[in-house]
Amino acid sequence: MSALDMFEIGKRVEIGSHTFTADAIVAYAQKYDPQPFHVDEEAARNSMFGGLCASGWHTTAVWMKKNLEYGEMRDAELKAQGKTPPVMGPSPGLSNLKWLRPVYANDTIRFFNTVTSARQRQNNPEWGIVELFSEGYNQNGDKVVEFDNAVLVRM
Amino acid sequence: MSTQAVALKKYALEDFTPGREFELGPYPVSADEIIEFASEFDPQPMHLDEEAGKASILGGLSASGWHICAMMMRMLIDGYILDSTSQGAPGVEYCNWKRPVLAGDTLHGKSTVLSSRSLKSRPGIGAVEFSHELFNQRGELVCTSANTGFFASRDKGERK
Repeated sequence: MSALDMFEIGKRVEIGSHTFTADAIVAYAQKYDPQPFHVDEEAARNSMFGGLCASGWHTTAVWMKKNLEYGEMRDAELKAQGKTPPVMGPSPGLSNLKWLRPVYANDTIRFFNTVTSARQRQNNPEWGIVELFSEGYNQNGDKVVEFDNAVLVRM
Repeated sequence: MSTQAVALKKYALEDFTPGREFELGPYPVSADEIIEFASEFDPQPMHLDEEAGKASILGGLSASGWHICAMMMRMLIDGYILDSTSQGAPGVEYCNWKRPVLAGDTLHGKSTVLSSRSLKSRPGIGAVEFSHELFNQRGELVCTSANTGFFASRDKGERK
């Protein structure tokens, strides 16, 4: 069985959800993205966003956290079935990232992944590359974020 | 954004002319910061532990790609965004992590304006497309990215 067989093309899975507190939004933004609408409730109310909202990079960092947690659950299930979990490598990057709506303080975002391709690398056959389409939706069912990303998997 | 608020900023939509470059950094990357970020968002061994990093194909304690994005954002903030009429960004066309960023590296780079246009749907606001490049202290390219940001116009059509 190839390591890539564990990635089912086209299947959309919910990888987890996360509530963005005002404190966490401000803490992230003070370090990395201190624009007024990410660090100051009052300034955010008067901005075009109308309320304190998370840095877009905070939203995607939380996706990564959920992505890893999901990976651990998947690996535990594979082990329980007597299968060997895939060995994941680094990621080459992301593309088509869209911040479609603000993530406001106290919003709960549900994240989803869909595997779009899984193939052996031509130039480095010890590794495969798995491509994902990832999405996040808020508690009203509105999509807030989507992007394409990829990760290497040891063959 | 009020006319007074716009007037206080160094960079408005009109200042992002195609070809204009903005220096980014320097940004020293500490082991503590790599571990702190990874502990919260990307707790994989090569981002948490020097020995595990050395054993990985990244070759040392290395920053999460999402941490590289965060540091790039901070460099954009300090380079021009915070002193601009920024109205947020709708997204990022791409961000490629070309080389590991290791503890002790110092990042620098530049943003280049690719294009600028007014938005018909949002009077007084325009979309500016940038490319960004980050390098380490050896001049090696570690990250390339392109994104669009929204900026308020200085003139709002009232005067030229």
